[in-house]
Amino acid sequence: MGYIHVSMDIDRLEQFTAESPDPDAPAIRIAEMRGATKRYGDVLAADNLNLTIFKGEFLSFLGPSGCGKTTALRMLAGFEEPTSGDILLDGEVVNSVPAHRRPVNMVFQHYALFPHLNVADNISYGLRQQRPKPPKDQIDDAVRQTLETVRMPGFGPRRIWEMSGGQQQRVALARALINQPKLLLLDEPMAALDRKLRRDMQIELQSLQRKLGITFVLVTHDQEEALSMSDRIAIMRGGRIVQIGSPRDLYDRPNSRYVADFVGKSNFIDGVVAEIDGPKIALKTPDGQKLQGMAVGQLAKGDAATISLRPEQCSLARKQPSNTQAGMRLPVKIINRIFLGEHTEYLVKTENFGDFLVLVPRQAETAEGRFEPGDDAWLYWQTSSALVLQAD
Amino acid sequence: MQPRVKTWLFLMPAGLWFLTMLVLPLVVVFIFSFGERGAAGGYVPAFTLDQYANLPARWAAFRNTLTLAPIGTVVCLLIAYPLAYFLALRTTPKWRTLLLILVIVPFWTSILIRSYAWIFILGGRGLPTLISALGLGDVQLINTPFAVLVGIVYGYLPLMVFPIFVSLERLDKRLLEASSDLGCPPWRSFLNVTLPLSMPGVATGCMLVFILLMGEFLIPAILGGGKVFFVGNALVDLFLQSRNWAYGSAVAVTLVAIMLVTVTAYMRFTRRWAGGRDDVSLM
Repeated sequence: MGYIHVSMDIDRLEQFTAESPDPDAPAIRIAEMRGATKRYGDVLAADNLNLTIFKGEFLSFLGPSGCGKTTALRMLAGFEEPTSGDILLDGEVVNSVPAHRRPVNMVFQHYALFPHLNVADNISYGLRQQRPKPPKDQIDDAVRQTLETVRMPGFGPRRIWEMSGGQQQRVALARALINQPKLLLLDEPMAALDRKLRRDMQIELQSLQRKLGITFVLVTHDQEEALSMSDRIAIMRGGRIVQIGSPRDLYDRPNSRYVADFVGKSNFIDGVVAEIDGPKIALKTPDGQKLQGMAVGQLAKGDAATISLRPEQCSLARKQPSNTQAGMRLPVKIINRIFLGEHTEYLVKTENFGDFLVLVPRQAETAEGRFEPGDDAWLYWQTSSALVLQAD
Repeated sequence: MQPRVKTWLFLMPAGLWFLTMLVLPLVVVFIFSFGERGAAGGYVPAFTLDQYANLPARWAAFRNTLTLAPIGTVVCLLIAYPLAYFLALRTTPKWRTLLLILVIVPFWTSILIRSYAWIFILGGRGLPTLISALGLGDVQLINTPFAVLVGIVYGYLPLMVFPIFVSLERLDKRLLEASSDLGCPPWRSFLNVTLPLSMPGVATGCMLVFILLMGEFLIPAILGGGKVFFVGNALVDLFLQSRNWAYGSAVAVTLVAIMLVTVTAYMRFTRRWAGGRDDVSLM
């Protein structure tokens, strides 16, 4: 698995450089995980993680709870020592360097602000730990500036418990940012915020990251959050990194059914690889039909595989579409319709492959007319938009 | 029934108890302290400050109480804090339960019996024999301030351990991680985070032990052997032996006054120390 990702990293590296503010600056490897593995007794919390983090990027670990994403973050922070493998910061192995000696700071899930200190003292905590201690007026200046950065000027003398969840989060962010860390680690920082506030914070966090140029590493189980904020996402499952890529990459070219299912919505048809013709693959479904799609990754004849089809790549028609119009077509019955404004989401029932989600843009709907639940219709798609993935 | 009336009705038993068992006796003692001793003992109504003028006669009792109670409290604290720290932060849950039970177990036996046990340990055929056998000379342990100190520290230790243990156990361990993350080595994290956040437990423990020690009379009676006596012993003596109720009342009132002053000062001090926090475990 690691080898695949090395090549992907280089791929990303170029893209990342192209996107960074100064396109001529070479991408700097600020942190690396090399086969980092963490074992708790019999439990493998992190399994051979290989990953390079580039300076200034926004990287997310995305996965369900227990997938090892927090363990990965804690190894970067220095709270966990890898059982085997290496963690590198600035090219140096830091496996056994404790957290207090790493130039890395964390925004904790429930903020972990010191309740006995006021906002200013919380924020200046990191600076006050430096030896020799910076002069007081220098610390005060830095606190004032950081409070302005997180848009909380004048909040210094406030007590922690007098503040709302959103404000506490900003203080937690300021407390980490003031140290100008090499890596800013964020452990599910929005989990405790309500939906509206979370959205605002996501936007703010992203613009802050762009502005400051600090490398952010976020852990989240919220795919929307990861997709909207990250330059790159590492999808995790069972302690392993399943795929690393830009949000668009992961959405367009997921390397497994798991990723396709986790990033965005998708329809799936299971089967066995029957024919291989270059990138084109014919999948034989259990009922004997042959469906065509494009291969992602290595597949061999006889492998169990899945066709993944995004809802927006499916179309609906009243009359059977011609061969030129569609690569694949199936008769369906409309079950449900949800109006989403720009789009309408239909739930349709196929004869052999279960229910499908179809996202119909408003224009197409005007052309074809609206479908009512109970209507018969034809579902069709282009072969090129059907991805054949390894079954899990 | 009106809710107000109901509230008062529910408060009645506790209120009556408080009034008859605490306020009334204190008032009686206060009045008695201005009276005189009857010819055959007891109390004769009068209004004189003679009893208070006579207080220096019992100076030794006050001196012992006012030195051994604070020293005992501090020694308790010095022993209890590391113990509570170990129990709360350095043991597995299984061991923690077992060790906590070991701290409680002595409470299941009467303090009288436990104090008598110390007579044997500190008495002539106990530790002093061992010490002289080791060639370290003859020492007198029993009936000394040291014996009383050992007794009160032993007796009151659990009262100090538990409040500190609770405040340390409630301490959010993520705060220590945050401190470490911000570049603070472990020993300084203890001073910056653990210690200040466990101060409410320390304050509660000290208060509890100090107040009870000020009124202590059993341990000095047993381990002090009449040589090291507290105000409590003086009161027993005055009320039951010499039957000088007026003088005893004056001693009692003085003790209550001293306690009120020290406890109030202490509370002021700790409140300022806590920086106006009502509840540090808010988060």
